Amino acid sequence: MSGSRLPSGGLIDRGRTLSFTFDGKAYTGHPGDTLASALLANGVRVMGRSFKYHRPRGVWGAWFDDPNAIFNIRLGDVARPNCPAATTLLEDGMEARSVNAFPNAGFDIKGGLDLFHRFLSAGFYYKMFMWPDWHLFEPAIRKMAGLGALEGAPLDGFHADQRHDACDLLVVGGGAAGLQAALSAARAGQDVVLVDDHPELGGSLYQLAEIDGQTPSDWVATMHAAIIEADGRILTGATAFGVYDHQMIGLAQERGFTRAPALIRMRARRCILATGALDRPATFAMNDRPGVMSLNAAAEFAGRYGVLVGQTPAVLAHHSMVQAQLAALTGSETQMIDAGTKTPEALGRKSVTGLRVGSQTHICDAVLNSAGLMPIVHLWRHAGGKLTWDEAAQAFVPDNALDWMQAVGAANGTFDLDDALAEAEAVALGADRPARNVQYTANPPQPALGSKKRQWIDYQHDVTLKDIELAARENYVSVEHLKRYTTLGMASDQGKTSNVAGLSAMARLQGKEIPEVGTTTFRPPFVPLPMELYRGHHRGAQFHPLKRLPLEPEHRAAGAALGEYGGWLRPGWYGTGDPHDIAQSEALMARHSAAIFDGSPLGKIEVMGPDAEAFVNFIYYNTIKTLKPGAIRYGFMLTEGGVVYDDGVIARMGANRFVISCSSSHVDGVNAMLEAWRQDGHDPERTLVHDTTANWPTVTVTGPMARQIVAALDLGVDLSAQAFPHMQWRDGWFQGALARISRVSFTGDVSFEISVPVHKVTALWQAALASGAPLGAGPMGVEALSILRAEKGYLIIGKDTDGETMPHDLGFTVPRLKKSSAFVGDRGLHTENANRDNRRRLVGLSVPKGADPLPTGAHVVSGPATARRSHGYVTSSYHSPNLDRPIALGLVEASQAETGTKLEIQHLGAGYQATVCAPCAFDPEGERLHA
Amino acid sequence: MTDRYSAFNVLREGLRGHKGWRPAWRMPEPQPEYDVVIIGGGGHGLATAYYLAKTHGVTRVAVLEKGWLGGGNTGRNTTVIRSNYFYPESVALYDLSVKLYEGLSRDLNYNVMFSQRGMLVLTHSEPEQEMAARLVNAMQINGTDAELYGPEDVRKKAPLLNFREDARFPIHGAVWQGRSGTGRHDAVAWGYARAADRLGVDIIQNCEVTDFLIEGGVCKGVETTRGTIRAGRIGAAVAGHSSVLAGMAGYPLPIQSYALQAFVSEPMKPVIDTVAFSPACGTYFSQSDKGGLVIGGGLDRVPSYAQRGNLPVQEAVLSGLIEFAPVLSKVKLLRHWAGIVDVTPDSSPVLGPSGVKGIYLNCGWGTGGFKAIPAGGYLFAHILATGQHHEISAPFDPARFVTGRLIDEGAASGIAH
Amino acid sequence: MQRFPCPFCGLRDEREFHFAGPAGKVRPDTTKAVSAEDWADYLYTQPNAKGVVREVWVHTTCQEYFVMERNSATMEVLGSTALRKDAS
Repeated sequence: MSGSRLPSGGLIDRGRTLSFTFDGKAYTGHPGDTLASALLANGVRVMGRSFKYHRPRGVWGAWFDDPNAIFNIRLGDVARPNCPAATTLLEDGMEARSVNAFPNAGFDIKGGLDLFHRFLSAGFYYKMFMWPDWHLFEPAIRKMAGLGALEGAPLDGFHADQRHDACDLLVVGGGAAGLQAALSAARAGQDVVLVDDHPELGGSLYQLAEIDGQTPSDWVATMHAAIIEADGRILTGATAFGVYDHQMIGLAQERGFTRAPALIRMRARRCILATGALDRPATFAMNDRPGVMSLNAAAEFAGRYGVLVGQTPAVLAHHSMVQAQLAALTGSETQMIDAGTKTPEALGRKSVTGLRVGSQTHICDAVLNSAGLMPIVHLWRHAGGKLTWDEAAQAFVPDNALDWMQAVGAANGTFDLDDALAEAEAVALGADRPARNVQYTANPPQPALGSKKRQWIDYQHDVTLKDIELAARENYVSVEHLKRYTTLGMASDQGKTSNVAGLSAMARLQGKEIPEVGTTTFRPPFVPLPMELYRGHHRGAQFHPLKRLPLEPEHRAAGAALGEYGGWLRPGWYGTGDPHDIAQSEALMARHSAAIFDGSPLGKIEVMGPDAEAFVNFIYYNTIKTLKPGAIRYGFMLTEGGVVYDDGVIARMGANRFVISCSSSHVDGVNAMLEAWRQDGHDPERTLVHDTTANWPTVTVTGPMARQIVAALDLGVDLSAQAFPHMQWRDGWFQGALARISRVSFTGDVSFEISVPVHKVTALWQAALASGAPLGAGPMGVEALSILRAEKGYLIIGKDTDGETMPHDLGFTVPRLKKSSAFVGDRGLHTENANRDNRRRLVGLSVPKGADPLPTGAHVVSGPATARRSHGYVTSSYHSPNLDRPIALGLVEASQAETGTKLEIQHLGAGYQATVCAPCAFDPEGERLHA
Repeated sequence: MTDRYSAFNVLREGLRGHKGWRPAWRMPEPQPEYDVVIIGGGGHGLATAYYLAKTHGVTRVAVLEKGWLGGGNTGRNTTVIRSNYFYPESVALYDLSVKLYEGLSRDLNYNVMFSQRGMLVLTHSEPEQEMAARLVNAMQINGTDAELYGPEDVRKKAPLLNFREDARFPIHGAVWQGRSGTGRHDAVAWGYARAADRLGVDIIQNCEVTDFLIEGGVCKGVETTRGTIRAGRIGAAVAGHSSVLAGMAGYPLPIQSYALQAFVSEPMKPVIDTVAFSPACGTYFSQSDKGGLVIGGGLDRVPSYAQRGNLPVQEAVLSGLIEFAPVLSKVKLLRHWAGIVDVTPDSSPVLGPSGVKGIYLNCGWGTGGFKAIPAGGYLFAHILATGQHHEISAPFDPARFVTGRLIDEGAASGIAH
Repeated sequence: MQRFPCPFCGLRDEREFHFAGPAGKVRPDTTKAVSAEDWADYLYTQPNAKGVVREVWVHTTCQEYFVMERNSATMEVLGSTALRKDAS
């Protein structure tokens, strides 16, 4: 015999029928059922197999306290693994399969493992599988482990919403105490949010026949309406899964099987835990038989789901509040069993058939038991609250010493309904807790140590009393060692049903009291939650948004291949075809006529104020105070350790105004660094920093024809070499808007960088292209620019420098020796390491005639194969179209860095040749630059 | 009493109800004096004690642990073991550790389950692939195993990774180190503890150091919650609490303690047989032999001793995981926790004298202490036994902060900080 | 998420903030001789206290650097003061 549907009762909608399958067989249930209740109603008992021994498992609990019935479920396109049957609401069309059992839970071929149980005790794998090699055993063990299999395809559309919320009082738990607390507080004018993880409020009230003359449903409905009337907010199907620092509580709100839950980050001034209590399983022989269940769960299945879990249950109950739960079991023939000091034994194989106590056998089809009620205190522990051991209740209860969180009702060990209601009201209103009228006591049986038959402590992981005895024998006696050695409490229920029983056994073995042994830490999440809950909007482009250019539509129209460069979406090259070939031809074009380039991401950070000059002189390695208005200087910013952090140019606008043009990938970092120094070390009233990068997009025209092209733009500036030398800037006008023109070059040819307000840049770009086209000039992307600058030996920070490179490694030696005022990194440039002889420095690398370009990342090596040494590496390498040969840059130790030195290069095991040369390969005199 | 662990003995003991197993370690009372006192009963402290006894014959050793052995970071990490580092000094250090891990189960007669399932460090762009080449070459030159993978190689090793067209960070390739893998963290602590105990080391649990005994500028011992204990030399291996001890004795440390969170999913049938790390997504994961995914990422950048972190990092790490392994969005998170990691300016450890005579340091491992337990213990034992550095530990002496000779693995990737 | 008190914007989500280092570090005068030990001490030594700490943080949204007092063991925030008014 086993479970059945009661003729009436429960919160289910008997008017509608839902169809589902389990392990291939078809069943029906009703809206409001969980998969567990529906299967029990259909008389199904065996719903799974234990992790280690593959013993048959039935449900133990009615909600999150069930560790046994775990299914892979498919509904339409959506397949989800490891769904707990007791908390998964039934939906029409669900196909459920038991996990870790083949072919099904009812008949699992690995059930034979149980025969070897005496060799598979706790920690057996630490003692063997070492010889000949762990790797021989590992694959088989991994295949045996794990619960459900993950089905291959990612779930598109399984999106979690995330939001923030706040309230004066969060009440967790919508049972009697929670409803009362929420109502009292709401009526007192507090902004109250009540959350409950069931779809219907009421907690365990449906186990009762009546409350104050009303049916539980009516009483709950009245309370619900009154809370809403008092402007309280109620969230059902929402689990409070974690408490985090600063009074943040995480809520996960269910939205159906095919949808991810929503995350609500709730900030609460106060929190009341009305989270209820669970049965502590009684520990007795063969207590893992399907049909051995929590007494409270049996009452819950009857009251909430209209399901009788057994027709003739035996009841082993060890506390003083059993009567109400027994009353819920009308319809079954219950037998109260008092085992005295004997250890009962459950009989049967795949289902309970009897309970033997001493020489007596009681025929029964279920054994409903409770060794006492355990308050659910996880959130209390997340919040850092301490527990005290209640001797009378034989349970851990919150000490209620946190100033913002309190427990009421069963969660506080107040089990009588009237006591709970009174307590909830008092705590909600900030009054003293009233004394209890009804004293609850529990009398759990002592663990029967040394018994022959196995007694289960952790059902999912198959941890028995024998395992705990073994752990104690081997001195794994602390709570943490016990747990990790035996794996008790580490299954998907995270010890909800096993912790206290385990502690009790260890306490007895050690001759200690339970509180002396301790309690393990509870960690969020309270129940397992999909990873998607934490993902929310951090997906796709939103996972790491790119910065976008104002000229992006122009680039797309011109056929640009857009890619990610330094956090920006930028044109890599223009046109379809081989990207390498296109970059080569763009680089040729740039030196034969001109190229037009979107330089907008280059930083433009203004530094202003009476102390601006001293400030930038402090920030930079180079001397800046001698820079004259109208002029531009190349410089480095260092870390305090003396390492080059960024390179770029600084322009002086006036006596008290500068614009720092740092590299495009470092703008935010440089800005932050400037602010840090400005505010912590200088007078912020006398220096101001302002990042205008996004306000001034830049069109760069570079090449021998650049001057002609820019002249046609009519900017009102004399562009001749005498009037406008290299490293100068001028203000002009473009179509009535201010245009700043800087003559700086990253290509080594004459370049004009024209910065205009955002609303003018499209016109400027189009005008430049129009002006350039007849001269053979066109747009150029980042890839070609990288080649051009490498032809000149111009470095890219982070590519041609590493985290150790100092300015004197790059040939910039003067300020280190001569700059007398303080600057960032000054002292760092004179450590023992900075003074070392054999530092890596920037060099050029040439290859033998006809050889391919060197691989980037190849190392300069020496020594025999068994004792190789690296002397540096290739940092940039290209085929130069303008020199028609390979060029490369690298960082090489000084001992190997003299021009002309022949180098041995190694890349992925293969060898290459190179010779050190000057980094600048094209126009070393700079004639074209200064033209 | 059955002492030796073997399949034969498991069979034998199984037949007699496992009644004959000898305790894994004793619970001795502390002696008033030892040759060496090690503060910290985590992996490094226990390994140090083992090598002191085994390699140097120094057995009058006590390990003092304020809680239960292995209960700190050793019991909380993501179990990855690897030596895929850039600088020759780092490769020497971590590869020593990998080599010791390779023989560890046999040496300790305790199955630590070192699974050399390899590790993928993904690249997501051409520049990243170039840096990966630089790293692979460095590793090969410095004497450890490495390969540069293209995207198809990665797909063969870990098909569940994100090869979709719409991936935010498409996979270009990876640095592959085949000898890397994972180990059973608790077993490492317990294995070293048992082996050290057998050699005569006293492991004193529930014994907190409350002060140092400094006489004439030399540290002669410690005050503890279980009495005064004198020592010839003292080794501090307390990870995130290093600055607390430093404060007691008065030596400076370049360490900041942060919470490092770690995550485990519900157990599943095998979905990945290697360790996968995406620097762009900021997350790495592997699958334990019990079936749960073990997941890690960056720190909560708020200095902390609290051993817990907050939602922003949880969201960042788990969304990063799903970005590069999208099928995992429906897998459930089972539990998360945190340790206290001691972070140094160059993300390399501190090994050597503290500045107070008699006190030596093994700390600063930051987020990477578990992989280094055997090497850290081996090298620290050398320092405590001889008073001198081993050639592999010398570069990690705290004097490097004065000379500027940092070993900056983060910087090796080209990013100055 | 934690909330930190920017002296100018009020209580804001922790994601808007960045830890900038322990409060009270004074840069040595590098125009005079600074020993290698003193320089390393300035750059690298951290008090890293377990308990009440004084730290410099920046609220990245408004870019203000300020001093915050917290408890690094309990994660409690004790208060914040503007850097400019800080006497140190």
